[in-house]
Amino acid sequence: MKSVLRKLALGASAMAALLTASGALAQTQNQVNMGVAIPAATHGFTGGIVWWANQAKKDLEKAHPGLKITVKTAANAPEQANQLQDLLTVNKINTLVIFPFESASLTKPVAQAKGKGVYVTVVDRGLTDTSAQDAYVAGDNTAFGRIAAEYLAKKLNGKGNIVALRGIPTTLDNERMDAFNAVLKNYPDIKLLDARYGNWNRDDAFKVMQDYLTRFKQIDAVWAADDDMAVGVLKAIEQAKRTDIKEVFGGAGAKGMVKTIMEGKNKLIQADVSYSPKFIYDAIKLTAEARLKGEKLPPNTIIPSVLITKENAKDFYFPDSPF
Amino acid sequence: MPPEPTDAVKQGAATPAAAGGTPRPVEPGSRAGGRARALLHGLGPLLGLIVLCIAGTVLNGDFATLDNVMNVLTRTAFIGIIAVGMCFVIISGGIDLSVGSMAALIAGAMILVMNRLAPSLGSPTSVIALGIGIALLLGALFGLAHGLLITRGGIEPFIVTLGTLGIFRAYLTYFADGGALTLDMELSDAYSPVYYANLLGIPIPVWVFLAVALVGGLILNRTAYGRYVQAIGSNEQVARYAAVDVNRIKVLTYMLLGICVGIATVLYVPRLGSASPTTGLLWELEAIAAVIVGGTALKGGSGTITGTVVGAVLLSVISNILNLTSIISVYLNSAVQGFVIIGVAFMQRRRK
Repeated sequence: MKSVLRKLALGASAMAALLTASGALAQTQNQVNMGVAIPAATHGFTGGIVWWANQAKKDLEKAHPGLKITVKTAANAPEQANQLQDLLTVNKINTLVIFPFESASLTKPVAQAKGKGVYVTVVDRGLTDTSAQDAYVAGDNTAFGRIAAEYLAKKLNGKGNIVALRGIPTTLDNERMDAFNAVLKNYPDIKLLDARYGNWNRDDAFKVMQDYLTRFKQIDAVWAADDDMAVGVLKAIEQAKRTDIKEVFGGAGAKGMVKTIMEGKNKLIQADVSYSPKFIYDAIKLTAEARLKGEKLPPNTIIPSVLITKENAKDFYFPDSPF
Repeated sequence: MPPEPTDAVKQGAATPAAAGGTPRPVEPGSRAGGRARALLHGLGPLLGLIVLCIAGTVLNGDFATLDNVMNVLTRTAFIGIIAVGMCFVIISGGIDLSVGSMAALIAGAMILVMNRLAPSLGSPTSVIALGIGIALLLGALFGLAHGLLITRGGIEPFIVTLGTLGIFRAYLTYFADGGALTLDMELSDAYSPVYYANLLGIPIPVWVFLAVALVGGLILNRTAYGRYVQAIGSNEQVARYAAVDVNRIKVLTYMLLGICVGIATVLYVPRLGSASPTTGLLWELEAIAAVIVGGTALKGGSGTITGTVVGAVLLSVISNILNLTSIISVYLNSAVQGFVIIGVAFMQRRRK
C-alpha cells in the first residue's frame, strides 16, 4: 500500500513537472485497465509485435500509475476470441487494443466487448465491420509499395527491368502491389518483368529468385517487398554470380537489414521502407494516453511508412528487438 | 478383414505356394496383362515427370539448361532426403508429421551451438564438424523418442508426431525469441560450400541426395531389416508371428527418418545461414506427397525409393515451371500442383 502511494506520488510529481497541476490531477483520476490481444510469435514480424507490446507495458505502466496492461498472445483466431472473453470477465478490462488474428472471425467478439462499454483500438489487420471499433491504427501499406517504386524508379533513372516478389495472397499484399504498379505507370521505360509469390519467406524467395535469374538475362533491380525475402534474393543472386542487378529493395525495416544499410555493408542494399511492428507500441501508447485523459483517438491513425537510407537508419535500429 | 498382401511382400517372402495361390484378385487369364499394368503402375510418376519436362521445355527454352536442372535438383535435395526416410516410415505403416518442425529446430539448435562454441574451438572446420554431428545426433534422438512413444507408449504415430510438430516449432520460436537465429558471418562463409560448391559440375546437395537414395534403396531391398519393414506394413500381426521384433524395427524406421532430417538440415543451414519460425513450414506435407506420388501406399506395405525420388523431383519441377512461365495466374499455383499430384496418383492407382 505504501509503495503504491509512493509510486502515485512519484508519478504525480513527475507529471506536474511537465504539465499543469490540474492536468496531472485529471490524469490520475482516470483508471485504465487495458487488455492487449495479439498473435503469438510465429515468425519474425509477429515476434516483433510481441516484443514491442511487452515493451509498451513496461514503459507505460512505469510512466502512468493509473494504468494496468494485460498482454495476451494467441496462436489462432478461436484462441484469441477465448482470450477476449477472459480479458472481459476475469481481468475486467475497460480498454482493449487488439491486433486481430483474422479480420472476419474476430469482428463479432470485438463488437461484443465494445457493447459492454470497452474502448476498442484495432491495429493493422482490420475488422470486417468497422462499427465494432472506436479507433484503428495501422501501418501504411500504400506507402510501402509507393515508396519502393519511387525509390527504384529514381535509382534506375526511369529506365530498366524490375522483378518483384509478393507476400502471401492477401488484401494487404494487393494494396502494396497496386501502389507499386501505380507509380510505375509514370515510367513507361521501366518494365516490371514479373511478380511472383515468395510468401514472405526466405526459402520461397530464394527459389523464385533463382527462377527469375534463369528466365531473365537482364534484371536491373529487385523489389523483394520484405526483408526476409530480400535475404533469400541476395543469396540467389550471389550464387548465380550475376552482376546486372544494381539494387535489391526489401521492406519492413528488420534490424539486420537496417544495420546493413547503416554500415553500408552490401552495395545492393541501399534503402528500405519502414513497416515496423513498433506500431503496436504506438497504438498502445496513443490509446493509453488518450484514455487516461478521458479523450478519444481519431477514428483512423496511419503510422507512416518512411524511406530508410544510410542517413536516417540509426533512428530505425532497435538492437534489442527480435525483429 | 485381412489386409491385402502386396507386391513387396510377394517379392520379399515369395514361396512357390504363394505364387500358385495368388492372394490378390486378378482377372482370370490376365497374368501378362497384370504384369504390364504393374509396370505401368510403377512408371506412372516417371511418365508424369517426362511429360512435365517436355511441357517445361516447350514453354520456356531455359528450362532444359544445365543451370536450371541443377537448381531444381539442388532444391529438391532437402525434401528428397527427408522423403527417403519418410518412405521407410510409411511403408512400415506409420507416418511422421513433425519433420518440418524437426528440421527447423535442428537447424536452430545447430546454429545456437555453433555460434556459442566458435570462439573457444578456434578453427571453423571443427565447429562445422561439431554442428553436423549435433544435427545427426539430434535427428536420431528425436526419431528414437517418436519410436519409443509409438511402440512402448502405444500412441498412434499420427498423434505423437502431431504433438511434436507443435513442440519442436515452439522451442525454435522460443530460442529465436520470435525472430531468426543467424549463423556467424565467418562460420557462414566457411560453411557455405556445403550447399553451394560443385563436385564434377554437380552440386554437393545433389550428390548427398543421390547417396542417401542409393543407401536407402539398398537397405530397403537388400537387407533383412528392409524386408521386415515391408512385412510389418503389410501385416503387423503376421510379422509378429514370424518372430519379427516389430517394436525394434519400428523404432529404427523413425530413427532412420530422424537421421535423414538431420542430413537435410546439414545441407539447409549453409544455404541461408539462418533458421526462423517459418523454416521448414509444410515440409512434412511435401515429403509425404513425394512418397505417395512416387507410388507408395499410404496404408503401408509396399513402396520404392526410386518412386519417391521421382515424386520429389516431380513436385519441385512443377513449381519451377510455374515460376519460369506466366501463362497461369499466380493465384492458381497451388491449384496446378494439386491437379498434378492427383493426376499422377490417378495414373498409378491400384486395382481393387
